[in-house]
Amino acid sequence: MNNYALISIIVIYLAVLFYIAFLAEKKRQSKWVNNPYVYTLSLAVYCSAWTYYGSVGIAANSGINFLPIYLGPVIAVPLWIVVLRKIIRISKQHKISSIADFISLRYGNNRFLGALVTIVCLFGTLPYISLQLKAVSETFEIMSDDTSYISTAVIDDSTFYVALLLAVFATFFGTQNTDASEKHKGIIATVAFESVLKLVFFLIIGVYVTYYLFDGTTDIYDQISISQNFKQLTTLNGVEDGLNWLFLISLSFMAVFLLPRQFQVSVLENNREKHLKKAIWLFPLYLLLFNLFVIFIAWAGKLTFGSTKNAEYYSLLLPLENNNSFLATLVFLGGFSAVISMVIVSTLALSTMVSNNLIIPYGFLDKFIKNQPERNSKYIKNIRRISIFTIIITAYFFYVLFSKELSLYSIGLISFVIIAQLAPSFFLGLYWNRGSSKAAIIGVLVGFCIAVYTLILPFTLRVYTGTDDFTQFGLFNVTNLKPYALFGIDFLSPPAHAFFWSMTFNIMTYMVVSLLAKGNYRERNYAEMFVDSKNFTTLQDSALVWKGEAYVADIKNVLIRFLGEKRATRALGIFFTKYKLPKDTQLADARLINFSEKLLTGSIGSASAKILIASVVKEERVSLVEVLKILEESKENIVSNKVLLEKSNELTQLSSKLKEANEELISKDKQKDEFLDTVAHELKTPITGIRAATELLMDEEDDMPKEIKAQFLKNILQDSDRLGRLIHNILDFEKLETGRLNLDLEYHDIQKTIVKAISSIAQIAAKKEVQIINKNTHSFKTNYDEDRILQVLTNLLSNAIKFCESKKGKIIVDYKLGNERIEISVTDNGKGIPEEDFDYIFDKFYQSKHQNTRKPEGSGLGLAITKQIIEKHQGKIWATKGVKKGAILVFTIPFK
Amino acid sequence: MKKKILIVDDEPNIVMSLEYTFKKQDFEVFIARDGSEALEILKHHIPDVVLLDIMMPNVDGYQTLTQIKKTDSLKNTKVVFLTAKNKASDIEKGLKLGADKYLNKPFSVKKIVSEILELIA
Repeated sequence: MNNYALISIIVIYLAVLFYIAFLAEKKRQSKWVNNPYVYTLSLAVYCSAWTYYGSVGIAANSGINFLPIYLGPVIAVPLWIVVLRKIIRISKQHKISSIADFISLRYGNNRFLGALVTIVCLFGTLPYISLQLKAVSETFEIMSDDTSYISTAVIDDSTFYVALLLAVFATFFGTQNTDASEKHKGIIATVAFESVLKLVFFLIIGVYVTYYLFDGTTDIYDQISISQNFKQLTTLNGVEDGLNWLFLISLSFMAVFLLPRQFQVSVLENNREKHLKKAIWLFPLYLLLFNLFVIFIAWAGKLTFGSTKNAEYYSLLLPLENNNSFLATLVFLGGFSAVISMVIVSTLALSTMVSNNLIIPYGFLDKFIKNQPERNSKYIKNIRRISIFTIIITAYFFYVLFSKELSLYSIGLISFVIIAQLAPSFFLGLYWNRGSSKAAIIGVLVGFCIAVYTLILPFTLRVYTGTDDFTQFGLFNVTNLKPYALFGIDFLSPPAHAFFWSMTFNIMTYMVVSLLAKGNYRERNYAEMFVDSKNFTTLQDSALVWKGEAYVADIKNVLIRFLGEKRATRALGIFFTKYKLPKDTQLADARLINFSEKLLTGSIGSASAKILIASVVKEERVSLVEVLKILEESKENIVSNKVLLEKSNELTQLSSKLKEANEELISKDKQKDEFLDTVAHELKTPITGIRAATELLMDEEDDMPKEIKAQFLKNILQDSDRLGRLIHNILDFEKLETGRLNLDLEYHDIQKTIVKAISSIAQIAAKKEVQIINKNTHSFKTNYDEDRILQVLTNLLSNAIKFCESKKGKIIVDYKLGNERIEISVTDNGKGIPEEDFDYIFDKFYQSKHQNTRKPEGSGLGLAITKQIIEKHQGKIWATKGVKKGAILVFTIPFK
Repeated sequence: MKKKILIVDDEPNIVMSLEYTFKKQDFEVFIARDGSEALEILKHHIPDVVLLDIMMPNVDGYQTLTQIKKTDSLKNTKVVFLTAKNKASDIEKGLKLGADKYLNKPFSVKKIVSEILELIA
């Protein structure tokens, strides 16, 4: 392909990325930018050019050895919920802006440690960035038809310009804010976009090679399996290979936490903790998809080209070999995407570290104190901008000088081993409060030196001297000091070997020094905060123990230098409100010190923040014992506060429950009172009748006519009956309502029960000349209390008779079988139920306003008792609404 | 002139005893089974006393009394509650509405007669 066409494609593609980043920055709150998928895809910055091209190379040369680098993260991912969440919480609480800041803060804002971590990261990442540039350059060379064009002169090298463009991009979107702990939405959005592209393009080429160039996976497998060293490439050979694998898996396990770019995307750019939940299964899936076709592309390349020279670029060479330059361009763009996201995120992370943990704390603090806020902000941004350019250009020259000699894979592993030196102070520091800054510094230094000796030195010497003497004979010709076989361990691959020894010494030194030398009170303070982060997040600003003399005005002056007058005043206002302090407080307390340090951390790093604040306050030394005591007290306070709160909540709940119960009791009591009232009233009525009639009959002076006498006697009888019935019904109802009645459930024929009910009431019906029809004459047996259902039927029938007109009355009893229940209905053609009464007819003592029957008939409890009986049978009873003439009362009994 | 009494109650047996008693006392007796019937009768007759039950269908005793109190022509008519409701709160309510007497059920016929006679004497 023409050089210019290729360059145009690159420029257009970069323009698209600029646009995406620009949009994302503009719509920072949009859900397109803030969702778990973008978060997961940004994590895939892990898959750099090394994954994109290097994996195929390693698969062609050494078989499945490309896999451990992806197994590590997959194993690490489930731990994220515990470990990463803790890291994210701490970072958010302290406004941490890089891994150097994180480690430095853990060991008491240790300035030297922060700088050391930064240098380690630079050593680990610069070659890595140069590796990416190497990939761009080499793929460019493969893609362009004019191979001679790639000259050695920097000024002619297109890779140099690509590097510059990336620096511009990183500068533009990476330094929008002085506060580096602010999220970089634009960059993250492009990274997510590129993650999609690189995966899709890689899958496309995988499918193309496997199914288009070959006849599927089995075809490739069959063909390759007859090659000489096939078995060796697909299996692990004994314990030695197993150990190699184990170390490489551990290495990548650590890298996925510690690589500056991974820390940037997974911790600093995390919006919500809950995004982790999706990422823990999506990210492994992404890695799996990426590795799906690696081995087949590698085999296909081997089969097509014979040699494994240039095996890293099989994915590009295969389509080109088949004259498919379109696919080749896609692959090139995919690889380019992998490069861009890695380079930009890494440089962003590194530049923050370089400025906040190296340059500012070691050189610019004095200057900052004197400057105006606007100038400080400009200074800080410029330091970062210059860092970005310096890093990328240094990486470019590193590439020109060294990387051409090395494979993508080997540079990648060198980076991993160097970065891994942070692991002991990072991971152990998170869970072991004794770990001290001295130990961290010495551990990292020792590990780093060993890594340099066993990995970087041999390779550098080989490049410079052109001989392998150092590797062959060791330092001063001592066999035990051979860099690839330290102390006679000669069966590990160089990276695994370097990892093993550096990590062993690093961890040992860290632990021994920590146990021997206690850290000062401040680092112990932060150690407690990190290790016990769960408790200390609630303590917030009180978690820092500080004693001394400080004035709010002095601290405010420092804050103004970096935040500007307005923001500093507002921040202090928020602080005073939060802790309910008067606005004119003069003396600063520990909380304000902590709060102010945090405010500055994002802009200038935690070490510098501490130094700056310390410069305006007079701090008293606090003993370690005192620190621990105070911390313990505040923790206990929190715990007892929590317990108190819980108890008080419980009490509130309990009292509201009591209140409810009381209200229920009162309401029950009221109901009972009303019921008794009504009962008394109902009982008094017949007694009144009896008493009055008896008094009149007893008056001997009165010559009462005979027929009136007879009527009075009849009334007395009637009222006595009514009284008896009433008492019986009240007791019955009470028994039903309090649930003391046990049903005598047996199998009965409902038809027979209906007949019995009709015959018991036949006399009354006959007297009123009301007709009763038994419609359904089929028999059906089910389980119920016959006496009670008889009572229900008799009650409904006598009600129906009562409301029917004499001679014209017609009552139909019917039943049908429904959905697991029997439905019995009593229909009459009487005067019906007025609409307003529908909801009340089953209430006890309910009297219809439209009732005009002679009083002594009912007790007012009939339908209420009926309802209780049916409900006791788990059935329902109702009056059908919307009936034109008469009433239909229906009840159901479920089958048992 | 004969004294007139209106008995308002929905219990026929009780009404019968009262009717017999007051007829013996030479009263002209009117009977209503609930408040609305009573108010209807009161449109045409002005009794000396109304004997009023409280718990009745349609229009109850309280409502009936309220209506009577609103009617000018009935301002000389005495109203006596005769009811089984005998809680202190009921009595208070009845008297507040303007009843002249509050008598309880069950009652002694003789006592009722003497109370009524005393009231309209």
